[in-house]
Amino acid sequence: MTSLDTPVAPATDPQDERLAAPQGIGGNIRAAARRVRDGDLGMLPVVAGIVVIWTIFQALNQTFLSSTNLVNLSFDMVPLGVIALGIVCVLLAGQIDLSVGSVSGVSAATTAVVMVRYEQPMVLAILVAVASGCLIGWIYGQAFNRFGVPSFVVTLGGLLAFLGAQLWLLRGQNAINIPYDSALVKFAQVWFVPGWLSYLLAVAAAGGFLAVGWARSLRRRRAGLFSSSVQWLLAQSLLLLAVLLFAVYYLNRTRGVSWMFVLFVALVLGVHYTLGHTRFGRSIYAVGGNAEAARRAGIDVPRVYTSAFVMCSGLAALGGILFASRLAAANQSTGTADVNLNAIAAAVIGGTSLFGGRGSAFAALLGVLVIQSISSGLTLLNLDSSYRFMITGAVLLVAVALDSAARRSRRAHGRG
Amino acid sequence: MTASAPRAATDAVLSLRGICKQFGAVAALTDIDLDVAAGEVVAVVGDNGAGKSTLVKVLSGVYTPDAGTILFRGEEVRLDSPAAAHDMGIATVYQDLALCENLDVKANLFLGQELRPWMLDDVAMEKDSWRLLRELSAKIPTLDVPVAALSGGQRQTVAIARSLLGNPEVILLDEPTAALGVAQTAEVLDLIERLRENGLGVVMISHNMEDVRAVADRVAVLRLGRNNGVFDAADVSSEDVVAAITGAADNVVARRAARRAAPRTEKEVP
Repeated sequence: MTSLDTPVAPATDPQDERLAAPQGIGGNIRAAARRVRDGDLGMLPVVAGIVVIWTIFQALNQTFLSSTNLVNLSFDMVPLGVIALGIVCVLLAGQIDLSVGSVSGVSAATTAVVMVRYEQPMVLAILVAVASGCLIGWIYGQAFNRFGVPSFVVTLGGLLAFLGAQLWLLRGQNAINIPYDSALVKFAQVWFVPGWLSYLLAVAAAGGFLAVGWARSLRRRRAGLFSSSVQWLLAQSLLLLAVLLFAVYYLNRTRGVSWMFVLFVALVLGVHYTLGHTRFGRSIYAVGGNAEAARRAGIDVPRVYTSAFVMCSGLAALGGILFASRLAAANQSTGTADVNLNAIAAAVIGGTSLFGGRGSAFAALLGVLVIQSISSGLTLLNLDSSYRFMITGAVLLVAVALDSAARRSRRAHGRG
Repeated sequence: MTASAPRAATDAVLSLRGICKQFGAVAALTDIDLDVAAGEVVAVVGDNGAGKSTLVKVLSGVYTPDAGTILFRGEEVRLDSPAAAHDMGIATVYQDLALCENLDVKANLFLGQELRPWMLDDVAMEKDSWRLLRELSAKIPTLDVPVAALSGGQRQTVAIARSLLGNPEVILLDEPTAALGVAQTAEVLDLIERLRENGLGVVMISHNMEDVRAVADRVAVLRLGRNNGVFDAADVSSEDVVAAITGAADNVVARRAARRAAPRTEKEVP
């Protein structure tokens, strides 16, 4: 720790006397508070939203925050969350995909048909379904790039066309059941991380956070750049460790941490890395912010659009497979109804801008937690979907209104 | 005076000879000659439709000329694409800057040429960003803010700094002060002088006569797609340049007056 604490020559970047560098834990907390006041809300609104929603539902029904219900929640949020993750990618590039519901439905049907009707191995079924999803995204990309059809229209067409494809695949059967003893269904119903491993994963996650932050801090010091204090990093890591350990402990009181949820978190982290730490991810943000500037900077803009559509449709297809495995069947209504709009709402509630260039992979995780909490809470209260639609709609409106207000405030306080 | 005689090609880092560009029936550029030496600021001025933008696009590789030669370091070159021009060492800062407002300063500086594509080297990029901005004595307090939060002058600085990343020898500035306030204009003019001190050839397109006279070494006037005089900025009056731009001097009375008053504004009227 001392290697980081020893004062070296003043860092290059905060030399400007107009700049106040935060000192110590208190300074960092004050800096964060100032950011929030200026309208740089980050993840705060959605986290606050989750706290409010959980408090209300817990007050109305004591079982809402029970370990059993949270384990169920951790299963139920995954398919929609994976789809929302794809929506984040496409929104960041400044486009929209309205067909993710249909694509997930057609993918669920494909999986079931290949696995059950043609009796092929599960892995092949999954590969075929995800590959067709990616192909759909590629077609969207071509239609958008070559013919200049707005993504709104291309994917609206896709919404109908792939709903038709889903019905055609099922051909009169209301549903194709997937055998309960298949790995696919077990994965979404009964496979849990062993207790010791779940604690180990929690410790590893917090340790990884610390190690990455530490290495980054060291490199910045060596390069003569400002880096935030060690105490702040340690405090963050300890907080993360405490939260993760408590969550794992609480879930382990009943069934535990599902592998399906671990898969979702791994996907979120993977997309987060791709978006934030690769040239490709940077180019998605750039295209979403200013496509013409990106083109002049030498970025292959059409390719970025195609990749975003492929990622979105591919993840939607994966989400569809997870819907089928969760339900142990692919039916005519898989991926229909509110899946589309819930996925988009989750991404937006999580803080992804509808206008491109702003947001992160964690938006999908937190946004879907909000959506799924509402759905779960209302189910516990025995309220039907009419209430769920109305309440989810209202939450979406609040989220977008808050984002607009925060954007104005950011402008006013020079935070872009 | 005048007008500096066309320099030898060896002296100039970038030379145009007899450049023509035709759009349908319109001759946008006819027989354009232009020389830029290292450590020299050449202002290109002209009225609307004089061909300034077309000339920039020819130099930045967006348009290929129909006739004429482009010499870079004394060798004839073809500028087929913006990338070709950039790789050769001709950087362009467009009038609309082409920055991504949602990205922060260092992301914009390295856009499209990030270090370590599969594991971005943020530390090295930030270090390089500071080095570049220091070279320009740029007044940007932090690199962590999105460009949307910067003032017009700061954005212009970022755009110019970005064009310097590939170590170009010639830099084209399209209307660098057009949208700026007084103080910010001064900042950008300082910046242009620093580019000259660093030995770059600068071509600056401008409408603003004051700015041109403040920093340019030579002023090349375009009128209706043709060369209409090259002046030494030090000893030409704004009136003469304006006359060359508008063609106000291009009539019998003015020509007679000009002959009488000895060659004050010798013209290279074709």
